[in-house]
Amino acid sequence: MKKLIGEFLKGLIKENPTFVLALGLCPTLAVSVSVSNGIGMGIAATFVLIGSNMIISLVKNIIPDKIRIPCFIVIIATFVTITELFMKAYSPALDRALGIYVPLIVVNCIVLGRAEAFAQKQSVLSSIFDALGMGLGFTLALILISSIREFIGAGKILGFTLIKGFEPVFVLGMPSGALLVIGLLLAFFNLLKMRKTCK
Amino acid sequence: MQISIAQLLTIFISAVFVYNVILSRFLGLCSFIAISKETKPALAMSFAVMFVIVMSSILTWFIYRYLLIPFNLTYLRTISFILVIATFVQLVEMAIRKFAPALYRFFGIYLPLITVNCAVLGVAVLNVDMFFLNGKALPGSFVYSLFQGICVGLGYTLAMLLMSGIRERLDLCNVPKPVKDFPLAFVIASIMSLAFMGFNGFKF
Repeated sequence: MKKLIGEFLKGLIKENPTFVLALGLCPTLAVSVSVSNGIGMGIAATFVLIGSNMIISLVKNIIPDKIRIPCFIVIIATFVTITELFMKAYSPALDRALGIYVPLIVVNCIVLGRAEAFAQKQSVLSSIFDALGMGLGFTLALILISSIREFIGAGKILGFTLIKGFEPVFVLGMPSGALLVIGLLLAFFNLLKMRKTCK
Repeated sequence: MQISIAQLLTIFISAVFVYNVILSRFLGLCSFIAISKETKPALAMSFAVMFVIVMSSILTWFIYRYLLIPFNLTYLRTISFILVIATFVQLVEMAIRKFAPALYRFFGIYLPLITVNCAVLGVAVLNVDMFFLNGKALPGSFVYSLFQGICVGLGYTLAMLLMSGIRERLDLCNVPKPVKDFPLAFVIASIMSLAFMGFNGFKF
């Protein structure tokens, strides 16, 4: 049990997929215009991660080593299609907002990376916990970036105005704002890491 | 089949400048940040990506038009596209290794990376979204898809060349340690994206 909790917790901060491993940055930047989009993308990616990690760790002994990557991709793509259809059926607004980035979860490096680095070697239960932790870490990173961008870029969080009379800086809602925010955040986390090693 | 020059020009401007794959759509960002340290590998990667994007636009158009639509299987779009792209890249890699070892040495290691490059799948999905309506191919959709593939590849090359040129120069500068490498690359990309925003509103 303790090991499982460890697998779960490491994805949140110590091996955060976005800030520490720097994986899956394309969707992170593209959908982080608003917090609700960020949460939607995070949940979709977490679902795909859990499903694919579970199936891959179940069939890891059957898959020949040489063609494992295509097999993984097919499994992942199946779950992405499930997510896509679900989203189209139950929240078409979110589907329109995320656009082509939903099918692009297939090529999100986090999912394939976890399959390759973790699920194909470990038991089913720890793979699920690993996926849960990584998915949550990804969602947290998305919430962090999107709340910065939505607050400064549009003056709102989840659609609510926080400070009356705050003049939003529109650039942060634009693509260039996304790149700027992620660059500065990465620098900030680097600085924290350096402070830690110096002490 | 009618193809209007104005439409082609619009596709060109929007794919290369206004909605540049990297700077405004954020596709293929990982390779953009990782391989843009020097001009030569950046150029090799760009050509490899361009080739794969163009070929995959052709392949996926045929699959969507003649396989998925007639059999009513359009919901299998994502799975079939990624499979085709992965197989195609593998085939190209084997062929190049066998027939052109010099070329293989030139961009051999970048080819397998392209399978998971979101730009390739992104363009395939984008083509389907733009040039097919309610399960029917719009007139001239094949030429438009092909042309969009070429233009997106050009846009990728442009961003890659600019970025690698800037980063080569920055190597000589003394920057604060926490900002070095990736964070700096993102900030530069942000400024470049800001400049590309100036192309907004170009219309024909």
